[in-house]
Amino acid sequence: MMNVGAENPSTTYQVDLGETFEGPLDLLLHLVKKNEVDIYDIPIALVTEQYMEYIKLMRVMNIDVAGNFLVMAATLAQIKSRMLLPVDEDREEEEDPRMEIVRPLEEYLQIRYAAEDLASRNRLDLDVFARTPSEEDTDAGEQQDSEFIRVSLFELIDAFKEIVKRASAEHAFNITVDTISVKARISELVDILETRQSMRFSEFFEGRAAKGDIIVTFLAILEMAKSQLIRIMQHVESGVIRIFMD
Amino acid sequence: MNNLKSIVESLLFASDTPLTVDKIKGILETEDRKSIRNILTELAEEYDAQNRGFFLSEVAGGYQLRTRPECREWTRKLRSTRPARLSRAALETLAIIAYKQPVLRSDIEHLRGVDCGGTLHTLLERGIIRVLGRKDLPGRPVVYGTSKRFLELFDLRDLNSLPTLKDIEDLGQEWLSDSNEDSNDSTSS
Repeated sequence: MMNVGAENPSTTYQVDLGETFEGPLDLLLHLVKKNEVDIYDIPIALVTEQYMEYIKLMRVMNIDVAGNFLVMAATLAQIKSRMLLPVDEDREEEEDPRMEIVRPLEEYLQIRYAAEDLASRNRLDLDVFARTPSEEDTDAGEQQDSEFIRVSLFELIDAFKEIVKRASAEHAFNITVDTISVKARISELVDILETRQSMRFSEFFEGRAAKGDIIVTFLAILEMAKSQLIRIMQHVESGVIRIFMD
Repeated sequence: MNNLKSIVESLLFASDTPLTVDKIKGILETEDRKSIRNILTELAEEYDAQNRGFFLSEVAGGYQLRTRPECREWTRKLRSTRPARLSRAALETLAIIAYKQPVLRSDIEHLRGVDCGGTLHTLLERGIIRVLGRKDLPGRPVVYGTSKRFLELFDLRDLNSLPTLKDIEDLGQEWLSDSNEDSNDSTSS
């Protein structure tokens, strides 16, 4: 959804795209499917027109139209004009101008199918689970290859959501505990980190039952990251989020 | 013989990576590959017959006990972290690499019609793909392939156990003719 010309409410457009197209082939395939046509017999004038409309729409919405979308637009326009030319009877072997897009589409479609097939397989850690290395092993492994990457805010929030979910599942009732300020929690955490150097993200919440307590701890971690007291990193292989004292 | 079976089972239980027959052979100090294979088959059949919560998966060149996909709703709750999802871009890129490896970035981008730099970077970082080497072309471009991790993640014994593109295509034709597919139609009004 996009607001165009906010100062003039009568020209406020609301366009719901629902799906964004990653590339020109993606969009083209969508149009083929939508019109229920055969990729070997694409009504080129119709599809070109719809393709251009879509690009116009993206412009209206201020979406940066990538160059490859425009290249495809030019190709479509060229094919369309070549289709209008009279067919030279003497040169029978001249191929259908549409082949220029049929081949890439064919190949892309194959990839789409293959990707869907992969997606339908039983994924490890999603559908099927195997034994994971014991914690000591994980720690050793982490230290060994030290393949850590910085965690994005979203991943951190995801991890936090998981912790909140677990906490509320385990403790259906709320206990009022002495509230603690974020500041006080920070100094507590610094004390712990000074002796331990690094800790797993989930360890910070172990034994904390009250939601308020969990939230204060999370805020403390965010605050500490902001003031660069700590680094929040994720191990590449295991996905374990770990907090390092800087 | 019965005893050997419990030993093999104990190894499978204790291992956190898929166990190869060679590895089991080494631990048991035997040369008898055939009986190890027989035991593995027997165990797999027993787990299926007894409807256990796990099965013996032949994966990434080895054997591994894995929980049944039917139990996913519950097993997922056991883990505190959710594995990062693979976007469609990532799956498409992965499919190209799996089927066309060794493959250049330019080939992948040609097939998908879009830039794949970011996706490749993520897949590399997560260890699902790897750099196989460099091609003897101007600029010495990097050649990509899938890793063992890829096989583990997608429950594949080896690359040959991927269905052929032809087989997938035959199945996929239904998808193209199915006009009720996903959200495409709701957006077309």
